[in-house]
Amino acid sequence: MLIDIKNLYKVYDLGEVQVAALNGVDVSIAKNEYVAIMGPSGSGKSTLMNIIGCLDVPSDGEYILNNKRVSEMVDDELAEIRNKEIGFVFQTFNLLPRANALHNVELPLIYNGTTRAKRKEIAKDTLEKVGLGNRMHHKPNELSGGQRQRVAVARALVNNPSIILADEPTGNLDSKTGEEIMQLFEDLHKAGNTIILVTHEEDIARHSRRIIRLLDGKIVSDEATKN
Amino acid sequence: MISNSFALVGEYISMAWVSIISHKMRSFLTTLGIFIGVTTIITIWTTIQGLNNYVNDTLSEIGSSVVYVEKFPWVITGDFFKYRNRKNVTWNEYEAIQRYSTVADYVTPQVVSQKTIGYRENKFENIAVLGTTESFIETSSVLPSEGRFLTELDIRNRISVCVLGAELATRLFENTDPIGKRISIDGLKYRVIGVLERQGDFFGQSRDEYAVVPIGTFRNVFGPHRGMQIAVMTNNADAVDDMKEELRGILRKERKVKPDEEDDFAINEQTQLTSFYSSTTSTLYAIIIVIAAVSLLVGGIGITNIMLVSVTERTKEIGLRKAVGAKRINVLSQFLIESVAISSIGGTIGIAFGIIGGSIVLSFMQVDTGVSMSSIFVGFGFSALVGIISGFYPAFKASNMNPIDSLRYE
Repeated sequence: MLIDIKNLYKVYDLGEVQVAALNGVDVSIAKNEYVAIMGPSGSGKSTLMNIIGCLDVPSDGEYILNNKRVSEMVDDELAEIRNKEIGFVFQTFNLLPRANALHNVELPLIYNGTTRAKRKEIAKDTLEKVGLGNRMHHKPNELSGGQRQRVAVARALVNNPSIILADEPTGNLDSKTGEEIMQLFEDLHKAGNTIILVTHEEDIARHSRRIIRLLDGKIVSDEATKN
Repeated sequence: MISNSFALVGEYISMAWVSIISHKMRSFLTTLGIFIGVTTIITIWTTIQGLNNYVNDTLSEIGSSVVYVEKFPWVITGDFFKYRNRKNVTWNEYEAIQRYSTVADYVTPQVVSQKTIGYRENKFENIAVLGTTESFIETSSVLPSEGRFLTELDIRNRISVCVLGAELATRLFENTDPIGKRISIDGLKYRVIGVLERQGDFFGQSRDEYAVVPIGTFRNVFGPHRGMQIAVMTNNADAVDDMKEELRGILRKERKVKPDEEDDFAINEQTQLTSFYSSTTSTLYAIIIVIAAVSLLVGGIGITNIMLVSVTERTKEIGLRKAVGAKRINVLSQFLIESVAISSIGGTIGIAFGIIGGSIVLSFMQVDTGVSMSSIFVGFGFSALVGIISGFYPAFKASNMNPIDSLRYE
């Protein structure tokens, strides 16, 4: 299993009250799965995503990613795992505004010590893969929303991560462009990537192969889609 | 891990550059404080270094193995009153030193007076005329550049000859050859037998405007009762202290100083001047340290303030960098290098302006000397240090940000 989560808890201490965002979650995800995590706001889906993405650690329980016990790691170790294993795609793209597309895609490579020349080469190839070979030297404000999200996808892919973790990737796009991005994910999935999609839109979730629904910090359903 | 951070320095520098040029006005204003601070420091530093070199060069021309027996010390501390009633140093004391000193190799008596010197229609007032002996060229280490210096024969026979300082020779004779010409000193004629090599200026004051005549001739014409300075020199540099002790003994005996009384004469030497100079400049150094500290503190606070603003503005960027794998040290280094870059830009411009400023001050003092390269190191050192200190807190704050909250920051 690529992801093995057992009895996961996340409790936020708000002083007088303690709020459990995750209340005993068990889930396993295999390599090359295409999973959507769904749930209304407050269901704990963001918390689960943050923990899967190694941005946060659980209060209790176990998270094993690619045979590494991530649940017991500290800050800088998590940073290294994120760099190697996770590719993030955010709703708001989160590109560096002053850097061109190429440099934005290079970013994860900077932090694992790839040489400058090698970085340019890999980033270029990856941008071509998402269909932006002719937009490499444009800055984000010179790109359309769809193109920006493609740059972000290229950035997520550039380090060959184990998981692509997409948080509402179409939330800031019109429906036609959103469809295009979902098609890109479809292609990536077919190429062998593992994709985890966090969304509250049924239409978007239906693109995946498996939907996990959360409510009040617990998994309420976990089933395959018709795809 | 550490080597990885080193390899990234180039990246941090280009990140800093992007950030600085995308806020040109803000970066300019921030760096202004450092610029003013470093300019101040380097101006004063350049001036002091220039003065030091100049004064030390000039003073070292007074040989360190020469002492001067005089009525007054060169540097007077306390009240002048106790020196006022001292007896002049006289010819008898010169003779006593010559007769009794075993350490001294050269003993040169010197008497000076301001006179009017003329050659044909050229006349100059208040020119120093020095009466001395042939050993003057040894004790003052000045050689004739044309003709010859006074000889023992000139001295013994009190001949009316003179040797001119280079500047005086030029002023009197312009382009003609002075050797063999007859000049007048207070109306009496002297034949010019030589011109001394040029000594150069000291703080804009020429040291080449004087005439040298045999001491006997001087005493005959201007009277024998003038105060005298006796230069005493040893060829053995290690014997200077012995020589001073010996001179004290000879002079105390000759001047009949009682055993319980202080010396009523002074034995002066070059080190007195250098130590007086350095004690004076150490006060100046203390003042610079205060000025430097205040201006760099103000500049540094400006940088801290702007870096804090910058870190807050770029919260989302920090969150993203952390999400894609930046460790704490990476974020810390990035912002630290940015603040060092801002202050170094100010520092670099400050160094340039400071060197120019210092050179202008020195040229007003008529001190011509090379600019000390140490000021470049001082300037860079200070500005980098300020960059590190003032950037540390904002950079530390950035490195400790939580990636989830930062990514969500609007």
